[in-house]
Amino acid sequence: MRNPLSSRIVEIPFSGIRKFFDIAAEMTDVISLGVGEPDFDTPWHIRDEGIYSLEKGHTAYTSNAGLKELKIEIAKYLERRFQVAYDFDKEMLITVGGSEAIDLAMRAMLDPGDEVLIPQPSYVSYVPCATLANGVPVIINLKEENDFRLTAQELEDAITPKTKILVLPFPNNPTGAIMEREDLEAIARVVIQHDLFVVSDEIYAELTYLEGKSHVTIASLPGMRERTVLINGFSKAYSMTGWRLGYACAPEAIMEQMLKIHQYAIMCAPTTSQHAAVEAVRNGDRDVEEMRDEYNGRRRYVMKRFRDMGLQCFEPFGAFYMFPCIQEFGLSSDDFATQMLQEEKVVVVPGTAFGDCGEGFLRISYAYSLESLKEALDRMEHFIQRVRASKG
Amino acid sequence: MEMREKILTFIEKNSRVDLKDLAVMLGTEEAVVANELAAMEEEHIICGYHTLIDWEKTSLEKVNALIEVRVTPQRGRGFDSVAEHIYNYPEVNAVYLISGGYDLLVTLEGKTLREVAQFVSDKLSTLDSVLSTKTNFILKKYKDHGTIIAKPKEDERMLVSL
Repeated sequence: MRNPLSSRIVEIPFSGIRKFFDIAAEMTDVISLGVGEPDFDTPWHIRDEGIYSLEKGHTAYTSNAGLKELKIEIAKYLERRFQVAYDFDKEMLITVGGSEAIDLAMRAMLDPGDEVLIPQPSYVSYVPCATLANGVPVIINLKEENDFRLTAQELEDAITPKTKILVLPFPNNPTGAIMEREDLEAIARVVIQHDLFVVSDEIYAELTYLEGKSHVTIASLPGMRERTVLINGFSKAYSMTGWRLGYACAPEAIMEQMLKIHQYAIMCAPTTSQHAAVEAVRNGDRDVEEMRDEYNGRRRYVMKRFRDMGLQCFEPFGAFYMFPCIQEFGLSSDDFATQMLQEEKVVVVPGTAFGDCGEGFLRISYAYSLESLKEALDRMEHFIQRVRASKG
Repeated sequence: MEMREKILTFIEKNSRVDLKDLAVMLGTEEAVVANELAAMEEEHIICGYHTLIDWEKTSLEKVNALIEVRVTPQRGRGFDSVAEHIYNYPEVNAVYLISGGYDLLVTLEGKTLREVAQFVSDKLSTLDSVLSTKTNFILKKYKDHGTIIAKPKEDERMLVSL
């Protein structure tokens, strides 16, 4: 029989967490700080609208781009929250999670050989999506000393004549880093000067914790709207991961092509989820605020515990992750995480799952109740003390 | 939200939180939280710290009733005087002045059905200002004080996701 597989696909590695999942799944009394999704249930009024839409028999496809009602609400929301205006009809597409939007953006914009700048550590799908779209991923290694923000110099240094897209993954998974207005302005100048496009993955936009400063989208800066694909969704802000619903906003010319791929590959995002999402975006601001406050409390708590343990960690102001540095222990991220899992039954994700430059770091999620965090961090503290003692 | 309201919002759901932890989570000092709590107890903003118990799961028998009471308000004192008379009985859990078809909602806890019935017929109904009562026995508590009684929910998420 012939080899049934595409060599390009085979060459793409699986993500690096399978091993942990397999070990942890075999153990009992495991406590996890390893998830990338909220611990809250979707607020009831949102679920209720989903149920109601089923009762009413709204079970057909929606138009390819998504429910008009939902797109109108999203346009209002983006203007209200992030001061950026999009034409709901020509510049917006409802997708199956932010993930689909990332894939579509790459496929719609890349020609073979075009380079895609991907700052790391970052979410695992940018590199394979760029590769699958015939692009060439080029990694920019972010530095802890810059609080894992992307600097204009780092960007400048990575640009070649083939560079076409910059992926901007902020607020960031796994570091929790954010980009403030000034940071983005510096990036925007370079982007415009070199005629690049930005794929801005802002799925954690609602989860930032700087007092009095909410998230800034690069699309709202002068000259950037026309060269940005803005990606956002419902998973993190409204605790709706399982509903699989996201959206992309982009200038009409890009959006048309993204819609074409979406139309052939997906048809439309889940109808029930779209109906529920109308309620989320229309009446969910308070839920978001309550969850944000809750995350912020936990963030401060974990930060304090790390300080007390003497564990080095820059203070993150976004998403629901901490990215402590474990270089002092002389163990690789992978070994540290494996040993801690075996000895203390705590699951964390090695920083290397998010790029080579994540070596020496761990991703700690605080999407857990205070009680769980406390128990997990106690165990982590024991582990750290033991490793330190054994080093003498 | 002011610090006071932040503290209250948190401890309303979890009054047993360690003050140190609460201070960390609110981004302030432990002394600030302790002082605010003491002041709010003093000012009777915080009126008590209670425990939510599912008595069904214990060997103690308890009967709860909601009693709708219609009363004649008293000149100069409105409903306060009769409310006070009622809430002084230790078996009374709560007394609320209500808008709508009746005046006072009284919640009551007794050991047996008979005990509750006796309280209503002997003590409540015989008060001069009480015009009528309607006793509703609670058959099952699903949710109380914002907490779902029945089942603590399991974390269904995968152990690891990126």
